[in-house]
Amino acid sequence: MNPDPLIPFPEVGEADNLPESGPTDNRIPTWGPWVVVAGTAAVLGGLLALTAFNLALLIFGTVIISIFGIYLWARLIEGRRQAFDRAVTLGVTSLFALAMIPLVSLLYTVVSKGLSRIDAEFFTSSMRNVIGEGGGILHAAIGTFIITGLATLASVPVGIMAAVYLHEYGKGKLKRALTFFVDVMTGIPSIVAGLFAFALFAIFFGPGIRMGVMGSVALCVLMIPIVVRSTEEMLRIVPDGLREASYALGVSKWRTVAKVVLPTAMAGIVTGVMLAVARIIGETAPLLITTGAFSSVNLNPFSGRMDNLPVFTYNQYKNPGVPPEPYIDRAWAAALVLIAIVMVLFLVARFISRRYGTELRR
Amino acid sequence: MTAAAADPVPAKNGPTVRTTGVAKRIDVADLNIYYGAFLAVKDVTMRIQPNKVTALIGSSGCGKSTFLRSLNRMHELIPGASVEGSVLLDGRDIYSPSMDPVSVRRQIGMVFQSPNPFPTMSVYDNTAAGLKLNSKRMKRDQMDAIVEKALRGAHLWDEVKDRLDKPGSGLSGGQQQRLCIARATAVEPDVLLMDEPCSALDPIATLAIEDLIEELKQKFTIVIVTHNMQQAARASDITGFFNIGQSGDPGILIELDETDKIFSNPAHKETEDYVSGRFG
Repeated sequence: MNPDPLIPFPEVGEADNLPESGPTDNRIPTWGPWVVVAGTAAVLGGLLALTAFNLALLIFGTVIISIFGIYLWARLIEGRRQAFDRAVTLGVTSLFALAMIPLVSLLYTVVSKGLSRIDAEFFTSSMRNVIGEGGGILHAAIGTFIITGLATLASVPVGIMAAVYLHEYGKGKLKRALTFFVDVMTGIPSIVAGLFAFALFAIFFGPGIRMGVMGSVALCVLMIPIVVRSTEEMLRIVPDGLREASYALGVSKWRTVAKVVLPTAMAGIVTGVMLAVARIIGETAPLLITTGAFSSVNLNPFSGRMDNLPVFTYNQYKNPGVPPEPYIDRAWAAALVLIAIVMVLFLVARFISRRYGTELRR
Repeated sequence: MTAAAADPVPAKNGPTVRTTGVAKRIDVADLNIYYGAFLAVKDVTMRIQPNKVTALIGSSGCGKSTFLRSLNRMHELIPGASVEGSVLLDGRDIYSPSMDPVSVRRQIGMVFQSPNPFPTMSVYDNTAAGLKLNSKRMKRDQMDAIVEKALRGAHLWDEVKDRLDKPGSGLSGGQQQRLCIARATAVEPDVLLMDEPCSALDPIATLAIEDLIEELKQKFTIVIVTHNMQQAARASDITGFFNIGQSGDPGILIELDETDKIFSNPAHKETEDYVSGRFG
């Protein structure tokens, strides 16, 4: 008897081939894998509770045992291919969850510890004459915006033009050499960038100099290669057909680049710039040695120390007063603000690429 | 629609004296085309006549597209590519050292295999792209007139007149290709090169473009590369057949003659084999 009309030849002799060769209606229900995982966790948790409970062992054991469990269940009902598929699906999902644990844990810690100081005072006051409770990040936030803004202002034109040169004009040895150095710069440790800026300014102003603009220079060193890389990547996906179409209209090369290639890649380039800003806005090491720490608002990047969010966070945590709690709280809250800024930058970048991105991959 | 008389395009300044929209003759002599050291097309000598449609046929890889691209100096944009010999546009060598390739391309326009409207531009801006990208200063109504004329010429006006400000990439494939033809003709070139303009299109869109080619030859010299022999037979006045010995050998021009003769009574056996489908 054949309940499934889709199997056309039920009387074929090799019946053991049927489950795998023909369409089957034997499927584990969609809640099946969840039940396997939950059941395994419950049983294993119970067993462990009887002896010595260990969370890491529970998670690890649950994953391994439920992979075997789902494989066996599916092997019996669905056949070998599906069983393997389910085992791999569960394995990959588990690894993904594993990768998410640090991220979720970090976000949870920062939010739970930082939220207590997110209040009006925190955003409207600096640390001027503040000892103990109170105080805020106004001066550090302003410093971060000035330092990062200056770095962006300098890096974006340089980075984009360098990428245009590398992708549209450069050839031969010079191009290869420049590409190599951009790659090297991408991997430069940020403290080295900071030391470079420090040493550079020490030549002109003597050792021990601290200025906001020094931080910007250090961040430029980190940001330019990122902008070059991402812009080059965007220029690469502009189809050659568009360049040719422009040349065939009798348009010169630089006009083609300026009016066809760059506008076509613009959304991607802007996205890349936003991500580069997000990447450098949290840099701490180079700013520690170039901008220094300061407790008041300083609007002039060319004179005197200028506090900023990463350095503020570091100093509040590293050098707390007595009692230390208000300092530690401020550090967590500043870290939370920094994460929020980065997240906003990412969201803006996504929005721009969705909203204004031209569809190039066809 | 007659030629240049009521032409609103101001004369272009540049190293070449030009009369706008006058079909010109091209004389190719002993042209060798290279990719690096590889000789891709060998020893082509042919005359391309004004106000005629010249079709280039031949199997894939025989160098017809390469030859076409060397007629407006697009070939040399490929790194390492070079050309020997001469290409005379009404007697002036476009490969002479004093000739600016950009000005050559202004006079010899090109339509490509796959429609490639500029994705950042509207239908209107795409049509006017040749003028706008070259920063031609002109009054809005003058520009409007050119755009309308080019779109009408490409049989696209009625379909897009209500959405001129919409992106050009939102049109269908056939419309996009006609938009590209409008874009190429809006700058009033003397010669229009078409590299398999219909290969990405369905039969109806193909027919529309063939009709268009028939009209465009009133104003331009047209050279079209095609894989479709019926298309060559239908749409062209003169046909050139390219062939290649073995892979690795350069492509050569076997025969160039009236289209009727090529398809009915070709002088060379290779041509006859190809047009009758007995090849390889």
